[in-house]
Amino acid sequence: MAQTISTASADTTIHPRWVRVCHWVNVLAILVMIGSGWQIYNASPLFDFEFPKQITLGGWLAGALLWHFAAMWVVVINGIVYVSLGIVTGRFRRKLLPIRPGEVITDVKAALSFKLAHDDLSHYNAVQKLLYTGVIVAGIIIVLSGISIWKPVQFQELTALFGGYDAARYVHFLAMAAIVGFLVVHVVLALIVPKSLRAMITGR
Amino acid sequence: MRQRRIIPGVDPRLLIKDAAKLMPDPSRRGFLRGAASLGALTFLTGCDIIDGDTAENVLRRISAFNDGAQAALFSRTKLAPTYPESAITKPFPFNAYYDEDEAPEVSGKTYKLEVAGLVENKKSWTLDELYALPEVSQITRHICVEGWSAIGSWQGTPLSEFLKRIGADTRAKYVWFRCAEGYTNTIDMPTALHPQTQMTFKYANQILPRAYGFPMKIRIPTKLGFKNPKYVVAMEVTNTDKGGYWEDKGYNWFSGL
Repeated sequence: MAQTISTASADTTIHPRWVRVCHWVNVLAILVMIGSGWQIYNASPLFDFEFPKQITLGGWLAGALLWHFAAMWVVVINGIVYVSLGIVTGRFRRKLLPIRPGEVITDVKAALSFKLAHDDLSHYNAVQKLLYTGVIVAGIIIVLSGISIWKPVQFQELTALFGGYDAARYVHFLAMAAIVGFLVVHVVLALIVPKSLRAMITGR
Repeated sequence: MRQRRIIPGVDPRLLIKDAAKLMPDPSRRGFLRGAASLGALTFLTGCDIIDGDTAENVLRRISAFNDGAQAALFSRTKLAPTYPESAITKPFPFNAYYDEDEAPEVSGKTYKLEVAGLVENKKSWTLDELYALPEVSQITRHICVEGWSAIGSWQGTPLSEFLKRIGADTRAKYVWFRCAEGYTNTIDMPTALHPQTQMTFKYANQILPRAYGFPMKIRIPTKLGFKNPKYVVAMEVTNTDKGGYWEDKGYNWFSGL
């Protein structure tokens, strides 16, 4: 680990190895969580729609639950490793902070007029800082609301914090919607700027 | 909005549709097969990990691990939240894998609860004898594995009290229940001894109606709804896990809340 951290500061590595490993582990786990979660949602929809069966995982409710409660361990353990290292190595502080509202507005305007620069991948613009920080927060909320739905008796204090069992289901759904919304933007932009995808694979 | 439609009114057709949805599609080779997202995952991993018995076996093993994790999280003393009468869901939904018209009709006059296994006294219990047991009441939230929930009012005797009366060996691992329609359920002993686990004879202070499991339901507010058997006709204290109707089909065994 010391080695990857030192190479990160050597200015050639954009993403140290632990970031890349956590990222791709998360990709797999989160696809399973979303696909199975949509199937679970369909068993008792909160809104007046269901997810098309073709894009769900598990085949039926029991299968989806097996997937969801298997991948949850990967998501949570990987998430804890990622957030801990992000804080301990100072990466979050260096890359994501500070987020200044003025810069966010300027950069959103620049992005919408396709004038936002991507020359230096090691530096995040204000919109990136806001979105990456936001999706980490959404990730924490989806895990906590998920625990509230899974164990509303053993962790009833946490469930109460979300406004009770039924409210926690809505929070869990909305956090999923936020993450899926982020993923759409994130994947489209990674494809528009392919070197950012390369950096997440090779580190450079 | 299905959930909303179930809770305010009991629509048998919808309930049948729901129950049918719970059943695996027989045309599928394995119930874990999916479609597009599975293809994506297969593509990403470069191998066909999803399709086949291997994935199912791995998932079932993780589910067994989750049984252990939930047993470790389970507190013998932590009570499920209780609610005021004003919070009760009206009408409380009928829920089963069959239509309400097909629910078992058990005769109260001839009913006898069979007791078997690791107990000192295996005599059967008539309904009058069961009704004479001390009564406790709870207003708790029933949570279905599908996600919806409803608050109900149940009266009966604590299962732990009954197990004491029949001289059950509470060091045994499980209590198994058999129901009039053939439904079965196995629960862990710590849950059986939980103070809110109840042999239920009444709903909202009235003799349990047929829809809610006459003559006896096991109400367990620390477990998902399908682990709350209705129309119970026999119980056995045992060290052998005899499984259960939904558990055997792939639903998590412990299913604690």
